[in-house]
Amino acid sequence: MTRINLTVDGQSVADDVEPRMLLVQYLREKLGKTGTVIGCDTSNCGACTVHLNGRSVKSCNVLAVQADGGEVTTIEGLAGEDGALHPVQEAFRECHGLQCGFCTPGMIMQTVDLLAENPSPSEEAIRLGLEGNLCRCTGYHNIVRAVQHAAGTTEGASA
Amino acid sequence: MIPAAFEYVAPTSVEEALAALAEHGDDAKVIAGGQSLLPVLRMRLNAPEWVIDLGRIDSLRGVRDGGDHLAIGAMTTHHDVGEDPLIHEHALLISKAITHLADAQVRHRGTFGGALAHADPAGDLGAPALALGSTFVVQGPGGTREIPADDFFVDLFETSISEDEILTEVRVPKHGGWGAAYEKFVRIAHQWPIVAVAAAVRMEGDTIAEARIGLTNMGSTPLRARAAEQALAGQPATEEGVAAGAAAAAEGTNPPSDLNGDADYRRHLATVLTRRAVLAAAGRG
Repeated sequence: MTRINLTVDGQSVADDVEPRMLLVQYLREKLGKTGTVIGCDTSNCGACTVHLNGRSVKSCNVLAVQADGGEVTTIEGLAGEDGALHPVQEAFRECHGLQCGFCTPGMIMQTVDLLAENPSPSEEAIRLGLEGNLCRCTGYHNIVRAVQHAAGTTEGASA
Repeated sequence: MIPAAFEYVAPTSVEEALAALAEHGDDAKVIAGGQSLLPVLRMRLNAPEWVIDLGRIDSLRGVRDGGDHLAIGAMTTHHDVGEDPLIHEHALLISKAITHLADAQVRHRGTFGGALAHADPAGDLGAPALALGSTFVVQGPGGTREIPADDFFVDLFETSISEDEILTEVRVPKHGGWGAAYEKFVRIAHQWPIVAVAAAVRMEGDTIAEARIGLTNMGSTPLRARAAEQALAGQPATEEGVAAGAAAAAEGTNPPSDLNGDADYRRHLATVLTRRAVLAAAGRG
């Protein structure tokens, strides 16, 4: 077992973990943060995307021990303390950027990362930026519109 | 899927890492960003007893101006290499290739040195690193040695890094003012390239003075398309001139055949993608 200390959604946590434990397992099984989901388990689909030290990563492809000392933000840490949705969460709701919703936590976390780097992305930049996130319902059209809505680059939900 | 159990050590210096490697040798795997290794461990295609994590060695991160070359620390992430202004100015081909590499999340974790040491012939960094004539710096118990690009890639997933050595730095000769393009052919987004071509050209007026071309997934290692480089030198940067030179792109290659295409198809792709890449690099794409 290896001792790890990290900050998850603003809270300090410390645990003894097996070195082979994946970050996503740690979040879900040790911390109960099941908002972060496991989709493909092969680092393709991006459903498990969280932020590690401010950048998006696929948490099924990071060991918990590699995150030692780091700061993790999950989908559960985005909303304000009063429960107010993050603007990107709000945009996905407003534009119906989901069908079954399974990919949504990863899509939203990747969108937050994308907009932090490029606040006014073109449609092409949005599609490229979300390349590592798969929607099995193929609902990409409204996902792209949700990102544009969050970025303020479209009129939003009217259609 | 969860990896088989292993012991873990995260040294904070190259010397400590080398000591761990010397101690555990055959039973150990070195992990950099882990974006290729972790899927392998999860699928249990490999089950090392020890994993030596280079992620805590700060001296292996960053891009440095080395005078006639850029020195890229092996643990610098793809994202950080791709965004580095020195890379944009002096090794544009590297940043072009990185925009095509995997996806944003993987580029945030995966490392420049890790990907090259992994030596996947379908990886996107081997061809540009080779084309620009990079030197690979490795450190071992006997000290440091420099491996020229032409000697670095040995075979499928095999480099000339010895088992007791670690890749610490990649030195890329400066190519300021060269145009560059990376043309990657895939059926679907987010796939390994069926074939990709990395091209850098130095123009003199409307003529291609020099061309450097690397091929991805055209054999068991990344390759230089030397016949095409020679044929392109002195050609006018026109559709016809570039097509004539690019026709030699697959010369001497022995590409694989698989579900995505047979060897002949790949040879054809190499010539088409070389034409496109060279035209784009020459500003005519």
